[in-house]
Amino acid sequence: MIDFELTSEQQEGIKAAHESAKELFRPVSRYYDEHEHESPQELIDKMWERRGEGIFSMGLDVTSALRIEELCWGDAGLYLCIPGPALGGAAVFSSGTKEQLGRFLGGFNEGGPKWGAMAMTEPHAGSDTAAISATAVRDGDEWVLNGEKIFVTMGKRALENSDGFVVVWATVDKSAGRAGIKSFVVPAGTPGMRVEKLEKKLGIRASDTATIVFDNCRIPFDNILGSPEVKKTETRGFRGAMATFDATRPIIAAQAIGVGRAALDFVKETLESKGIKIRYGAPRQKLTALERDIMEMEANYKAAKLLTLRALWMMSQAQPNSLESSMAKTKAGLAVTKITQKAVEIMGPLGYSQKHLLEKWMRDGKINDIFEGTGQINMLVTARRVLNYSRDQLK
Amino acid sequence: MISFSPTEEQQMIVSMVKQFASDEMRKIYRECDESGEIPDSVIDIAWKMGLISSNISENYGGFGGEHSAITGSLIAEELAWGDLSMTMHILCPALFSYPVLEMGTETQRKKYLPLVCDEKYKTVTAALIEPHFDFDPYSLLTTARPDGNEYVLNGEKCYVPLAAEADFLLVYAAENGSSQGFIIEKGTKGLEIGEREKNMGIKALATYELSLKNCRVSKENRLGGPKGCDFNRIINCSRVALSAMAVGVAKAAFEYSRDYAKERVAFGEPIASRQAIAFMLAEMAIEIDATRLMTWEAAWKLDRKEEATKEASLVKAYADDMAIMVTDRAVQILGGHGYVREHPVELWLRNGRGFVTFDGMAIV
Repeated sequence: MIDFELTSEQQEGIKAAHESAKELFRPVSRYYDEHEHESPQELIDKMWERRGEGIFSMGLDVTSALRIEELCWGDAGLYLCIPGPALGGAAVFSSGTKEQLGRFLGGFNEGGPKWGAMAMTEPHAGSDTAAISATAVRDGDEWVLNGEKIFVTMGKRALENSDGFVVVWATVDKSAGRAGIKSFVVPAGTPGMRVEKLEKKLGIRASDTATIVFDNCRIPFDNILGSPEVKKTETRGFRGAMATFDATRPIIAAQAIGVGRAALDFVKETLESKGIKIRYGAPRQKLTALERDIMEMEANYKAAKLLTLRALWMMSQAQPNSLESSMAKTKAGLAVTKITQKAVEIMGPLGYSQKHLLEKWMRDGKINDIFEGTGQINMLVTARRVLNYSRDQLK
Repeated sequence: MISFSPTEEQQMIVSMVKQFASDEMRKIYRECDESGEIPDSVIDIAWKMGLISSNISENYGGFGGEHSAITGSLIAEELAWGDLSMTMHILCPALFSYPVLEMGTETQRKKYLPLVCDEKYKTVTAALIEPHFDFDPYSLLTTARPDGNEYVLNGEKCYVPLAAEADFLLVYAAENGSSQGFIIEKGTKGLEIGEREKNMGIKALATYELSLKNCRVSKENRLGGPKGCDFNRIINCSRVALSAMAVGVAKAAFEYSRDYAKERVAFGEPIASRQAIAFMLAEMAIEIDATRLMTWEAAWKLDRKEEATKEASLVKAYADDMAIMVTDRAVQILGGHGYVREHPVELWLRNGRGFVTFDGMAIV
């Protein structure tokens, strides 16, 4: 049955997340935007204490997406600081064995706050993930990793500030192309791995974005996710990466939606306080330009949200959702960019001023059109799926 | 709990309607557009599916199913994928009977609902749109003035589907500034049906202008009696129906242009293998899906009898834009071939442009 009713668990989850967003995130939002790379320790500790309430869990389902929207309504950068296995966890979850799940994620909830991270991008390989040049060479019972990874979200907190881990994508056989790309779990404190640099960014400044260098970094042989074998006809390792994306893209979309709604709510509240009401039912030719803008922003928000929930719902039904995930991510990235930029325009001097958070949300929101696949890469994936084309047929 | 899966019963209805759309509508839609005629035989086949009567209680001669906006949206999308003119013709009796079913008095239901449960297609219709550019369903220029036991109606209507053959028309008019419905029987003095209209699209659907000149109807003919009707809900049901149809038309255009782009070779490759074309198609697919989901959400609210003005008007405006974006791109992807009438995309562009105008011409 087609249904949009939230379960009571979902409603409570939304409520709790919204309260955290309002009470913990919003009051320090500007501070951590202005103090880049300073750790929001109090917030981290509080969120860690609450990890049992479900806020902590980076689940890949509808309920989590609804919570994530609320938290990112509070602050998208601070949301990324919440301890948890995050994208690294998603990679282990989607291509690890049971034993690996237990080993890497089993004790995650215990002890102090911990983070998981994912290292895929390199200075010369962004969206073209198949071109990565970090290497993993087998040496007896170990893998030896070498290379440089950039744009690792929460890399520093995962590896330097906690006993977390990073999932690294590297090639075991460059000549095998995509078939040679595998993922490896590297725990914090492994010798030969160092965090080298933190990026200064347009937005989401509370979250760290690290460069990680691997210099003869040795890890146990069974830290590889998926099969170590390279079959030229099979690109399972690479498909593992892509399967991770199917799961994580709607989650990124949920983050985008939260930022978009923050901007939308701000604009609507400001207008309402001035007695300006949006006349939803009025005929189009009678609407003001402002009303048209607001309605378009709201519709885009709704469109992105429903596409996101559908992609996650499909996953929970064990239906393949690669197309729908990419659709959701593409739309949400575009929507948050459009909504926040329009909101700044509509609010005029209030929008551009740092007295309010709106300008920050515009800067924060843009990341959702870039990370976990740029809007264009997601459009390309969507296009290949709707055309039933391989990557050779549609480049 | 959130779910995007239609019920088994809905899936059965959808596959039946889909079959009809592809076996019947898709065979003749071009001819119908050129000639302006829809063969009775097709309407008869459609009528046998009981798409309207299945929503009407057995007390009034129907099949007694539940009247659902979600089911209505699913049907509207599939039919409109086949052809929009025929869809509006087939579903035209709903314009009259659904408001009566939901808001009519018991006397009105008993009198009028059996009409649309007949074995043969029965023409009844509704008149909402008025011929001026700033037409607003909430401030109609057509007026209804109480006079003793009667109402006196005056005004002009246009885009009235099948008005010339309709036995009864539900005419919306302003009564003290609020929009209300009035049932007018064919031949009532003062009801003048004008010439058949010629429009850019939906050419196979016969639509008419009509004028009301001191047209008198009994007070009993006011939809809902003294209580009146929930006009806002009627408009919202119309918005949802039209959004669903916009999705259907857009889907037809998307599929056709996608298949064409995979066949058409330029510079040694199918044009679909170029991002300029492929990205257009990807965006079309995304927007079609987004509009469908928003339509379902608004329909779901209507089924729960909740206030849905915001959802319904947001999706309607979105669907209007989506339909023109998608059908225009379909023409663009076919290039010169899209402009000639050998291919259907120009027809879909003409039909797609109309959604912004079609208020009240379809209902779920």
